[in-house]
Amino acid sequence: MHELSIVTSIIGIVRENMALHGVGRLKKIKIQVGEMTAVEPEALRFCFGICAEGTDMEGAILDIEEVPVIGQCVHCKKEFTLDRYSDSRCPECGGEAGNYVSGTELDIISMEVE
Amino acid sequence: MHDVLINTKILVKNNEIADQNRKLLKEKGIFAVNLMSSPGSGKTSIIEKTIALLKDRVKITVVVGDIQTDLDAQRIAKHGIPVRQINTGRSCHLDAHMIQHTLPWIFEQGETDLLIIENVGNMACPAEYDLGEDLKVTVMSVTEGDDKPLKYPALFRTSRYLLINKVDLLSHTNFNMEKARQNALAINPELKIIETSCTDETGIAEWVDSILNTGDTK
Repeated sequence: MHELSIVTSIIGIVRENMALHGVGRLKKIKIQVGEMTAVEPEALRFCFGICAEGTDMEGAILDIEEVPVIGQCVHCKKEFTLDRYSDSRCPECGGEAGNYVSGTELDIISMEVE
Repeated sequence: MHDVLINTKILVKNNEIADQNRKLLKEKGIFAVNLMSSPGSGKTSIIEKTIALLKDRVKITVVVGDIQTDLDAQRIAKHGIPVRQINTGRSCHLDAHMIQHTLPWIFEQGETDLLIIENVGNMACPAEYDLGEDLKVTVMSVTEGDDKPLKYPALFRTSRYLLINKVDLLSHTNFNMEKARQNALAINPELKIIETSCTDETGIAEWVDSILNTGDTK
């Protein structure tokens, strides 16, 4: 269960940015979580709720965009989406996905503040 | 109400510390290997076999992560190698900060050529945390099932080597080696796979050579 430590990192970064920009109340944090990461969005929301409770972040929304895994075929270079529930191969030539174009994100995009 | 752009990696702090660790280790000429796997796949046994083959040629220091106990450290200490146990408490992985705190102890051990870090037995969480190592290695064993790479892709994606351990037990399981290799390579076509056994020593020499060669050419 490393989602708690990830939420702690998110809150730390958001607090730094709130101080930096001198903003008021936090309404929403937008993050991206790639499907190739070992991070569970539902657990992040749960942990965020607990960490925010009783603080000035209580009631803020953790808005999580799950990013699908797009790989590039090692043979024909075609980009294709990998299905997380099966052994996905290139639909054109059956090759493996080499470079991941997306799906490994674990990023804070922005915050919405009053 | 307005949006403030942040655009940063969530684990930015961990990654910064990992980069500092990498720099400090490099300055001391230490090659660091991070071993990751599920519990019971044989990480500690692989470390013991690696020590037995290498300790006359290479100065080894070991750091072992576990939630509780120093049982693994005790096993390794019997080989006359400096070993430090990190108890993570409730945390399911090692992070760069924990390694940063261990560096002064490592540097006190005199000259080290090879640092082996045994991560907490867990196939999910350690994958996300860069420690500052030179080489990430996943261990899976034939008693765990050939579908592990598909279930825990992040770990296999980030590793350069995969050790498929306990191959001496292969005939007692329904583990399909060809399928396991295909599954692992589908996630990471660059992965170098070595079949190992700590009982009959299959693949151990090849694994040790791989560390030496990778360390020399880094």
